[in-house]
Amino acid sequence: MTIPLENNCLIPPLGVRGLNTSSVIIAEHLTKKFGNFTAVDNISFEVKRGEIFGFLGANGAGKTTAMRMLCGLSIPTGGKGEVAGFDIGTQTELVKKNIGYMSQKFSLYNDLKVWENIELFGGIYGMKDKEIKSKTDELMRVLNFESERNKLVGSLPLGFKQKLAFSVSIFHSPQVVFLDEPTGGVDPITRRQFWELIYEATSRGITVFVTTHYMDEAEYCDRVSIMVDGRIEALDSPKNLKKQFDAKNMDEVFQQLARKAKRVDS
Amino acid sequence: MEITNINSDIAISCDTISKKYGKIEALKNIKFDVKRGEIFGIIGPDGAGKTTLFRILTTLILAEAGSAAVDGFDVVKDYKEIRKRVGYMPGRFSLYQDLSVEENLNFFATVFNTTVAENYDLIKDIYVQIEPFKKRRAGKLSGGMKQKLALCCALIHKPSVLFLDEPTTGVDPVSRKEFWGMLKKLKAQGITILVSTPYMDEATLCDRIALIQNGQFLKIDTPKNIVSQYENKLWAVESDNMHKLLIDLRANEMTKNCFAFGDKHHISINNSQFIIHNLRFELEKLNHTNILISEIEPTVEDCFMQLSQR
Repeated sequence: MTIPLENNCLIPPLGVRGLNTSSVIIAEHLTKKFGNFTAVDNISFEVKRGEIFGFLGANGAGKTTAMRMLCGLSIPTGGKGEVAGFDIGTQTELVKKNIGYMSQKFSLYNDLKVWENIELFGGIYGMKDKEIKSKTDELMRVLNFESERNKLVGSLPLGFKQKLAFSVSIFHSPQVVFLDEPTGGVDPITRRQFWELIYEATSRGITVFVTTHYMDEAEYCDRVSIMVDGRIEALDSPKNLKKQFDAKNMDEVFQQLARKAKRVDS
Repeated sequence: MEITNINSDIAISCDTISKKYGKIEALKNIKFDVKRGEIFGIIGPDGAGKTTLFRILTTLILAEAGSAAVDGFDVVKDYKEIRKRVGYMPGRFSLYQDLSVEENLNFFATVFNTTVAENYDLIKDIYVQIEPFKKRRAGKLSGGMKQKLALCCALIHKPSVLFLDEPTTGVDPVSRKEFWGMLKKLKAQGITILVSTPYMDEATLCDRIALIQNGQFLKIDTPKNIVSQYENKLWAVESDNMHKLLIDLRANEMTKNCFAFGDKHHISINNSQFIIHNLRFELEKLNHTNILISEIEPTVEDCFMQLSQR
């Protein structure tokens, strides 16, 4: 068992007024203002355990600000939220311990070896050495990475790095992992292999919260929300959204909604 | 270099260009021509060699082998001439963050010995969108606005050839569509455009494309021809359990390739004797429900995957 999960036992989840405990993410009227600019405007939604939740929106719609609040990196100016059972306004350190995070921009240390990166991140999350060792062996086998174990991460092809970065982000068995445009720039085959890793993670009960600009990837999500001007304008399964907007695919749904944006992209 | 070449039909010619970084071969024998007035797309993932190719053609780095010319001028001998006549928008934002929108534009106009007024027509449609923020420092602009300003700065000297290195990476689908609309207008004004992108769906917006992977071109042609040359037949399959369907389709012996494609899976079939009913029957035996199977035309992405697996 991992340390974060033990923490979970020591400090029981507070539960925002007894809301459905099968929800790993709960946002209630979540708002963030910067001066008189409302970046995130009163959003409410829940993400269930084991779900793949796609968080879409145009550039500047407020996705990043919302995600930063859910990760405990930014305190809401209004509303409240709970992630992995902890309050995102008052228990940010506990939130951080119980989530995983991966973005395309920051993933791994290029000048550390594969196993060193894993040990570093495992250590940061408070995992025990013995556990890190055995889980590293298992991971190398599953990813077919045995021969890369002692290589510097900087020398690996991008596709390898991305798979490794994802595996490292869930190495401490977080309840939920936040993926910020994880597949940008990757070749089409690797992009699909990456999604197979995501499916595998959810089969182990990890909840996935993902942003992407690839609309075909929106179809792989169980449910999708689309943000426009700081608000969630639509939230449903891809199938229902396509029905609701009378659209062939998710790109059409997105184009219909995002074109309504009034906020000056500034 | 003879002046007559400048007016030739070829805007960019690239002959067996190779480039190494240490042991890594970034480009291997790249050979292609871009016709005047074309939108030519270099389509491929990060690390394929796109930026290296752009840097060689814009005279910023030297190739190890091969030769290239832009507007008939040699990238090595005539680099000064090339720099005067091309516009280049690098992948990484490279305007002056501490100058305002307006100052950046004036700066680039002055460097190229011209004025904003002289070529305003060319940038007008794009510039009016960022004009309300002309006093704002470039570093304080949003991603979409930075992209528009960078395009204006690359255009302000009325280049004959425009090099755009991944202008839409990380940009949302609506803004991407808008950006390609702008490129179409520039093409109508006679500007040749070489543009790179990792988004395969943008390939169809180019006149011709080169698919690039690991420093090599997999194919050069019009998007239409590339699609028509797809080997095997392609079928789209869906059922209520898409994840299981992917596994089951891959296990099927008739399947050559099977990839998830949005709400469907695309399978290419080896066997010309393939019968839909048989596949449906097999999938039903595996407890799939609401099975839909239809023959489809491949996308450029299907082609890229087929070619890159060879």
